[in-house]
Amino acid sequence: MLLSFIRDAVASMFRGGRRYWLWLGFLALVLLAGLVAYGLQLSQGLIATGMSDQVSWGFYISNFAFLVGIAAAAVLLVIPAYVFHRKDIKSVVLIGEGLAVAAVLAAMLFVIVDLGRPDRILHMLPVIGRFNFPQSMLAWDVVVLSGYLLLNLAIPFYVHYCHYRQREPNFAAYFPFVVLAMFWAISIHTVTAFLFSSNTGRPFWHVALLGPRFIATAFVSGPALIIIVLQVLGRVTRYPIPASVIDTLALIMTVALQISLFFVGVELFTDFYNETAHAASVRYLYFGLDGLASLAPWVWTALLMNLVAVVILTINPLRRQLRLLNLACLLAFAGIWIEKGMGFVVPGFIPTPLGEVFEYTPTAVELIVSAGIWAFAALVFTLLAKASIAISLGDVSAERAEGEGSPVMASG
Amino acid sequence: MSNLQSETIDQSRRRFLGAAAGAGAAVAGTAAAPAWGGSTLMDTMGSFFQNHYQRMSDEEIADAIGRIERRAKRRYDVDIICRDQPPQEDVVFGYALNISKCQGYRDCVSACVRENNLDRGSQMEYIRVLEMEEGSRNLEHSEHYYDPDTVPVEGKYYLPVQCMQCDNPPCVKACPVEATWMEPDGIVVVDYDWCIGCRYCMTACPYQARHFNWREPQIPSEDINRNTNYLGNRPRPRGVVEKCHFCTQRTREGRQPACQEACPTGARIFGNLLDPSSEIRYVLANKKVFRLKEELGTEPKFWYFTD
Ligand code: SF4
Repeated sequence: MLLSFIRDAVASMFRGGRRYWLWLGFLALVLLAGLVAYGLQLSQGLIATGMSDQVSWGFYISNFAFLVGIAAAAVLLVIPAYVFHRKDIKSVVLIGEGLAVAAVLAAMLFVIVDLGRPDRILHMLPVIGRFNFPQSMLAWDVVVLSGYLLLNLAIPFYVHYCHYRQREPNFAAYFPFVVLAMFWAISIHTVTAFLFSSNTGRPFWHVALLGPRFIATAFVSGPALIIIVLQVLGRVTRYPIPASVIDTLALIMTVALQISLFFVGVELFTDFYNETAHAASVRYLYFGLDGLASLAPWVWTALLMNLVAVVILTINPLRRQLRLLNLACLLAFAGIWIEKGMGFVVPGFIPTPLGEVFEYTPTAVELIVSAGIWAFAALVFTLLAKASIAISLGDVSAERAEGEGSPVMASG
Repeated sequence: MSNLQSETIDQSRRRFLGAAAGAGAAVAGTAAAPAWGGSTLMDTMGSFFQNHYQRMSDEEIADAIGRIERRAKRRYDVDIICRDQPPQEDVVFGYALNISKCQGYRDCVSACVRENNLDRGSQMEYIRVLEMEEGSRNLEHSEHYYDPDTVPVEGKYYLPVQCMQCDNPPCVKACPVEATWMEPDGIVVVDYDWCIGCRYCMTACPYQARHFNWREPQIPSEDINRNTNYLGNRPRPRGVVEKCHFCTQRTREGRQPACQEACPTGARIFGNLLDPSSEIRYVLANKKVFRLKEELGTEPKFWYFTD
């Protein structure tokens, strides 16, 4: 039974119309380009990137920080679905968990492509390697991300398996894991914030507000993405997406974006009212230092996008219009991606702890490798969602498998 | 009166790093060396399964040293001697630097590069001499790539910065695989064969003291220092972090570090902090000393003082 479940689920992933195959093909192509670029990076070393001793983390780690937030945001579906038993949200929670799986995998890949010696990755394993736990925040991040990945694979696997056999999942059996996953979601993003805020030598990151800011922005970018993805799925599949789900997500996102922008304001006030040497990175980010200001146009654009989004979201009649809501989602998603990615990771290194201002620009290799990882994430999500929807709609089930199976047996 | 050779190198490094973003420069440099440095299958397997330095038996270390020496032979065509020099008993090293004497010659910088087999391709330097405004200790106003005709310049003073060998090192805490640690003689070292190159330690270091091998290191064969130490100046592979190690290959034999010997002004005092009769203990007891970013709680074993 378990085997036929896996076989049928995988088979359903590769059944689809022309548009579906075009989409898969497109993603595979981008992924391939990413692989080629990564090959180049492996043969040349990390010199193929724009990183330096001064700015030693760049585009890869920026995307990593952002994606952990996306993964954590799945909890926004999990809580109302399993704790408050919202039927409408429960109908899409499995899709949210698929998104979390894709996002965690991509986040992990972004760390791996950033390694100077990926051939030594086994050194991270306990026993075989030497794992600096609980000292190193990076070790913590490995633990919480792997755990989160497992939880988000295991729970949906069980629920889908029950649906496949057309049984009700045993709530008591998986609810403890759901509760665990809820706390775990918050932990992955908090630990990722600690990865940065623990660095006393980098005052830009060394602020207690970082953890709350990370969570708040995650609850903007996550719902923004889920809202868009659900609508797309509603169009390309027969799966019904309740409008009430979109409404709830939009409301969460509104509040989270308001809080995020408030946090930005708080930080700007603290840094600039009486400006100290610790504000140098913020000054660099928004206005530039020593005449160098390559991030300023980006961060101002991000701020503008977030402001427009918050206006649309805050005014009820505007938010209720699906078109405007979608616009706000796109703006906020891009805005947070800039603010929390390049606009957060890179200025932590500028100026250096010794006061050197040295800029960073990602190379084509970094951009293409990153595009490849994003395509990989989209591919994983597409396949998971495809199977999930097929099972939820009853297109794939144990009964059908038997029904289809017997004539074949007979003819064979 | 001044040694300006290294200044020019510094300037070109700044430009080089900027340009290195374009992969063109990189290809030229690495084309000669295959992906993991070029070695026999046996050695590649040996390196792959090599254990953490602190977990290796004497035999395993001897094997590892054999691989290091063979690799240097293949890569640079030089017979190096790699030793595994242990720390001495009852020794913890410390450094004190007299900024009234320092003239900004950077002789320490170039001596360190030669002694420690630093990558000439990226012009890596463990020591960075900052040109400071007289009357200010604000690092943000420091000049890292000063290049006048003669030093010292009127109205400036000079502040050499290198690894502070912190007694509470944030880099060690950060490393996810324990590839870097503090030895009993107080020196923070890196196992270059264990480091995975995540660069979290560089992020954690408040002194910009850790450096990464963004590409295969380039050193002209005739410039290789053949006297090397395992946790020290042996040739490094690509993709790992390295840093100042107080010249373990010298200081663990009772000699002075290369930067101390090279300094023409006598600004550098190096010695055993546990020996009450050492010169460094005299300085710490009798001079007005300070440490860089002491407020961060890193407890540097590197002091500055004035006359
Ligand atoms: S770069 Fe190497 S030494 Fe530094 S934290 Fe990573 S594994 Fe440890």
